[in-house]
Amino acid sequence: MSSQGPCSCCQNETDQQKMERIGQIIEDYRHKEGNLIQILHMAQGIYGYLPMELMEFISDRLGKPLSEVHGVATFYSFFSTKPRGENTIRVCLGTACYVRGGRKIVERLQDILGIEVGETTQDQKFTLEVMRCIGACGLAPAITINDRVYKQVNPEKLQTIIEKYY
Amino acid sequence: MINLMINNKKVTAREGQTILEAARDNNILIPHFCYLEGVHQVGSCRICVVEVEGAKTLQASCVTEAREGMVVRTNSEKVRKARKLVYELMLSDHPRNCLGCSRNQNCEFQKLGELMQISDFRFEGEKSKTFLDDSSPSITRDTSKCILCRRCVTVCNQIQGVGVLNVQRRGFKSVIGPADELPLNSVNCVYCGQCTTVCPVGALQEKDSTGKVWEALFDPGKRVIIQTAPAIRAALGEEFGLAPGTLVTGKMVTALREMGFNDVFDTNFTADLTILEEGTEFLQRVKAALTGKEAVLPMITSCSPGWIKFVEHTYPGELDHISTCKSPHMMLGALAKSFYAEKIGVDPKDIFVVSVMPCTAKKFEITRPEMQSTGYPDVDAVLTTRELARMIKDAGIEFTTLEDGEFDNPLGLSTGAADIFAATGGVMEAALRTVYEIVTGRELPFTGLHVTPIVGLEQVKTAELLIQDPVPEYAFLDGVTVKVAVTSGLSGARQLMDQVARGESPYHFIEVMGCPGGCISGGGQPRPTNQEIRQKRMQAIYQEDEGKELRKSHENPFVLRLYEEFLGEPLGHRSHELLHTHYTSRSRRKTEG
Ligand code: SF4
Ligand code: SF4
Ligand code: SF4
Ligand code: FES
Ligand code: FES
Repeated sequence: MSSQGPCSCCQNETDQQKMERIGQIIEDYRHKEGNLIQILHMAQGIYGYLPMELMEFISDRLGKPLSEVHGVATFYSFFSTKPRGENTIRVCLGTACYVRGGRKIVERLQDILGIEVGETTQDQKFTLEVMRCIGACGLAPAITINDRVYKQVNPEKLQTIIEKYY
Repeated sequence: MINLMINNKKVTAREGQTILEAARDNNILIPHFCYLEGVHQVGSCRICVVEVEGAKTLQASCVTEAREGMVVRTNSEKVRKARKLVYELMLSDHPRNCLGCSRNQNCEFQKLGELMQISDFRFEGEKSKTFLDDSSPSITRDTSKCILCRRCVTVCNQIQGVGVLNVQRRGFKSVIGPADELPLNSVNCVYCGQCTTVCPVGALQEKDSTGKVWEALFDPGKRVIIQTAPAIRAALGEEFGLAPGTLVTGKMVTALREMGFNDVFDTNFTADLTILEEGTEFLQRVKAALTGKEAVLPMITSCSPGWIKFVEHTYPGELDHISTCKSPHMMLGALAKSFYAEKIGVDPKDIFVVSVMPCTAKKFEITRPEMQSTGYPDVDAVLTTRELARMIKDAGIEFTTLEDGEFDNPLGLSTGAADIFAATGGVMEAALRTVYEIVTGRELPFTGLHVTPIVGLEQVKTAELLIQDPVPEYAFLDGVTVKVAVTSGLSGARQLMDQVARGESPYHFIEVMGCPGGCISGGGQPRPTNQEIRQKRMQAIYQEDEGKELRKSHENPFVLRLYEEFLGEPLGHRSHELLHTHYTSRSRRKTEG
């Protein structure tokens, strides 16, 4: 899945409005099989991440135990229970990228951003993640920032790439 | 019938049975961890694998149905290797300090290791982070011992319908617990302890109170009173190797005396008392309803504190339906520190009341601030059946060889109606035996006084009772059909409560027990508890009832004398002070201390 920060059309939505929208989604999906994952997915799309209050809200509205909602949200790596940065950087660690320096890119990014994989910078600018092959193996190593793919990334160039997002 | 071969033995299985169940019914044991009788299976632990001829891979026998002509091997080289590997991997993330573990010698994980003769530890794995949760007065969780079998998750979600336990996170980091590592006392856990009875290891346990009780026994300044719930006598023997369903009432009393308890009372006595109080409360409510006054019906029983906590969290708007009667052991505690204290001339502050209960929720119940009707806690400590057994063994008592003893009076005599409190449907039957006779002057019109439609282990049971020719005082009940419902296990309670909350409940009186089958399979009872064992314990309970000369609570002479000498009348002033209580609405999270 791709990750966006808050999309522009909803940027000015208040938390209250977001909750209402999520509440509506819960109603629409209430009787669908396997609805929890879909609801969490959309809720994260609207809210950006899945804080405890939001999981409680979903649990109450859906009539499913909080332990189950939280269990699912912490099982799948595409859910995040902590706020995400405005931009998500993902480093490919598929075989080709791994062999051609993916690991080094991760280390370099951790240094530059001062965070570990899975964390978000203090200024909420970047979240750093790793992923599996994205099909750019011919031009490994690859990273993505939001929806944009960067190929044949040179660790020395990372600083310049990142600066574009400030 | 399905015919198949297991280990060269011709066996038959019922339609829909799994290989594991078919094997078990033919005395072939296949090790299992995640399997839980009677519930939809997850098939996640893989310890139960078997070889099925023609199948490419080993099959999890707990989820694979037996089929005609199947050829199964539970002990081939391939199976043994795979089972050993699974076991060793589990073991690599286990603390292995059996000597310091309360499940030592009573642990399914340890036992399997012994059977497989695991002696060298091939894998020395990284150990999961220990998370010890002893926040609640009832249950302790030690995640380091958890083998992730998920039986507790199944019980808490599917049987109890509470759902505070689930798998959190994934892979090596997965733990079984409430959301977000919240401690049990800040979620809606009802402390029923059903999870502790299915946990194969020492990861889920009752909170230990044995130390506190030994201390009281050693304190020369304390008068230590013990009482035992109706369900203990039908299960305690199992802890000493006796067959399920063996009644050990007399031996239990003797053991308690030998341990040094000053008075050995019977919670059954206050079970009889409960019937008089609760029966009167019911008649009052019905009278009000039928004579056009405000009355909340159905009335629902209150002797199961796990059930009470469940309503407080889940249906806080319906608390008026719950009878105000305290649970029987709380009544006995309150009487021990008032009526009995006076009688023997001992200051209630020097009395220490211990309750032996089949229940872990009762450990929480005694901490409720309203349960202090004499200014001191009504009950000072609750031991589960399992804890009492540990203490008896620790005291060096050869339980099975003991002579029979008798309960002390005046709080020890009981009728058969009190015995059946232990099984689902029992409180209702006991109440009907008394209420019907008060209203009509005649005995309950059922063979052997058993209200057959509400006897048995089904989840929800109902009965109707037509009242004809009542005594003049209850003329308003003439021609009324009293409708009752009985359920045990909280997912059944949810069905009945949803009706109540919608205002659509057709019943006048509902009995709810928090644990499936009632107290006979409470969260503090011996392990294992399964359907067959429940059945046997229940038979023992009815046998105890039928063996008694007095089988109706209102015939208990000591209860009648208690009203004469001390309480006055049911629902009188003193009763209100000592025997009745109120409830608290609780949110589903971050509540109560
Ligand atoms: S849970 Fe069982 S195997 Fe583990 S330490 Fe306790 S007794 Fe030993
Ligand atoms: S005590 Fe009952 S409610 Fe609490 S976790 Fe165990 S099974 Fe669930
Ligand atoms: S706590 Fe016990 S029952 Fe629950 S998953 Fe762990 S080992 Fe199994
Ligand atoms: S391995 Fe990185 S794109 Fe395929
Ligand atoms: S018991 Fe069969 S997979 Fe766990």
